[in-house]
Amino acid sequence: MTQSTVIRLENVSKRFVVHKEKSIKERLVRPGWARKFREDFNALNEVSIDIESGSTVGLIGANGSGKSTLLKVIGGIIEPSSGRVLRKGRLAALLELGAGFHPDLTGRENVYLNAAILGMSRQETAERFDEIVEFSGIEQFIDTQVKFYSSGMYVRLAFAVAVHVDPEILLVDEVLAVGDEPFQTKCLDKIRSFQHAGKTIIMVTHSLATVGDMCDRGIVMDHGTKVFDGDVSTALHTLRDVFSRDSEERHAAPAKSRIDGVRLLDSRSGAPVSTVVDGQSVQLEVTVSSDVEISDWIVGMGIEGNLGQAVFGTNTERLEVEVKPFIGTRTVVFDLPDLRLGTDRFTMHASFGTIPDGTFEKLPQAVAFDSTDGSRNVGTLAVNASATVR
Amino acid sequence: MTRVTESDSGSDGGLSPVSPPRGAIIGTLHSVRAVIARRELLQLLVQREFKARYKDSSLGVFWSLLRPLAMLLIYYVAVGRFLGAERDIPNFAIYVFAGLTAWTLFSEIVSSGAGSIVNNSGLIKKVDLPREIFPLASTGTALVNFGIQFAVLLAATFLTGQPPRLEALWLVPASVVILTTYAVGLALLLSAWNVYLRDIQHLVEIALLVLFWASPIVYSYSMVHNLLQGNWLEQLFLANPVTPAVLAFQQGMWSSGDLANMPESLPIRLLITWGFSLVVLWIGQLVFSRLEGNFAQEL
Repeated sequence: MTQSTVIRLENVSKRFVVHKEKSIKERLVRPGWARKFREDFNALNEVSIDIESGSTVGLIGANGSGKSTLLKVIGGIIEPSSGRVLRKGRLAALLELGAGFHPDLTGRENVYLNAAILGMSRQETAERFDEIVEFSGIEQFIDTQVKFYSSGMYVRLAFAVAVHVDPEILLVDEVLAVGDEPFQTKCLDKIRSFQHAGKTIIMVTHSLATVGDMCDRGIVMDHGTKVFDGDVSTALHTLRDVFSRDSEERHAAPAKSRIDGVRLLDSRSGAPVSTVVDGQSVQLEVTVSSDVEISDWIVGMGIEGNLGQAVFGTNTERLEVEVKPFIGTRTVVFDLPDLRLGTDRFTMHASFGTIPDGTFEKLPQAVAFDSTDGSRNVGTLAVNASATVR
Repeated sequence: MTRVTESDSGSDGGLSPVSPPRGAIIGTLHSVRAVIARRELLQLLVQREFKARYKDSSLGVFWSLLRPLAMLLIYYVAVGRFLGAERDIPNFAIYVFAGLTAWTLFSEIVSSGAGSIVNNSGLIKKVDLPREIFPLASTGTALVNFGIQFAVLLAATFLTGQPPRLEALWLVPASVVILTTYAVGLALLLSAWNVYLRDIQHLVEIALLVLFWASPIVYSYSMVHNLLQGNWLEQLFLANPVTPAVLAFQQGMWSSGDLANMPESLPIRLLITWGFSLVVLWIGQLVFSRLEGNFAQEL
């Protein structure tokens, strides 16, 4: 399949005008005031994106960063204030499962209705009806009114319809966070099979693990602006930067206690390292300082994999280190002997806080290092594996 | 099979804009095409209304007959007998029922159409559909209701020995077309406004009540004519587009009346009214397509 652009956004902006009063009375009584009760809100700011067919794109960002709006603009549900959205091919938007289900109709009737809403003809629905019901796994209730369904059954049926529309472009918005675990697995498998079939998938999710797992491209949104567009691991790092910046803003006032420095050192030579080989012993040195006396303080550290997945984590409390109240500077050294990590890029975070006051500061990517175990295996763990044929 | 139109593969490599084109003529054509492409959905939405409405009731569709029958009884007894309208209007029951049937078609399209966008907000916020489909689905439901009621009316005319006159029967479809065109135009207009100003729904109720009594349904046109003697108030009365359409419907179905009991040149008036209702429809569509871009965020 040749790579061609299936979705193109050109300088798309979306401005919401938030009206605070909506009645005729308000408008007649004080027409001049109407302007005062308006508030402009830039949900999207000059966003330009090209998406090729066959790619799986994760839209990530904090709450209110405009990612769901972006998805709706792509889906044609919201019209942009300026800019253009171009698209090619049949699109199915899984923005809300079961939108258009009527509680008084039976499952069967709702399947036909919902399929028609998603753009399938009656004949296509009839052809795939058995498949849909089988996927949903609620054969025995298909002629029951939907209002008697449990919420799980409802969602199963809705998802089954949506994935059988056979779209070329699939928009997914947080819908996978429903249903029990076997069904979630089934959904993810279905989405993977879409990937294999060369369909384009755009998903919005807060589950960074899902993004790291499934997407081949990440777009980070922050306050309506596209701040990063590219490979997933960098996207996830960028997003963590955004999060930590936000939390720094929150904690800006009491910077009386802080992390002064973090260094990764070789245990033997004491020299800073940026590459760790299999079995090497290293030390993470975290220097903290406080202008006021603090007690019950904790210094934590952790190792994250390339996609941000936690590999290892500990802190002074877990290690049962005795901490005495202090003013001034302290250095905590974490000894990490005989580290066995797979060939990958890793980051380490460091955090500093007290039990009563929570975290003062967290440096999400305090140090980064490459690890190599000299094998061709993949993963975060170095295992001296071998295989034999019997 | 592919539903999204893959239009001319121009310089953009087959990409086509997501937003519908603006502009009076191109925009209208585009939305008409979009609705035609989704006619199966339209049909299913009408079915949904019907199935859902009578799903758990034992009498079912019979209920859609009981309401007009009850209204007929009320008007026949209260207006016909007590107030004496019956004296001037022969076969008053058929007359009232004919007027009510035509009126119900109009009022049902307008009132349920006006609320249709707000009532379907769940779908509009989540799925990309031609939004005109919702007022049109209300229209479809109203037309089916009208069909049932019309069948009853037709049966009643035969039972009372007053079958419709053949030479005036063409007035019935003409009237239905005018009423539907006019009502759909209003429904499009009002449903779009209603998103921004929820007061519209309540305003519509009152306006329909006024319009009902401003149309010759429970009284006859000649009563108005005798009182006003063709002055400007009568012209105003006739300018109400519902009036000529209802009059035409009555002429078609109620054979006891004499054709002289009509404003002069009813066919011309019908033609003008139809032209007017087409303009209303077009304006309604234009306003609708102007406003629909922001439906999803205003709901």
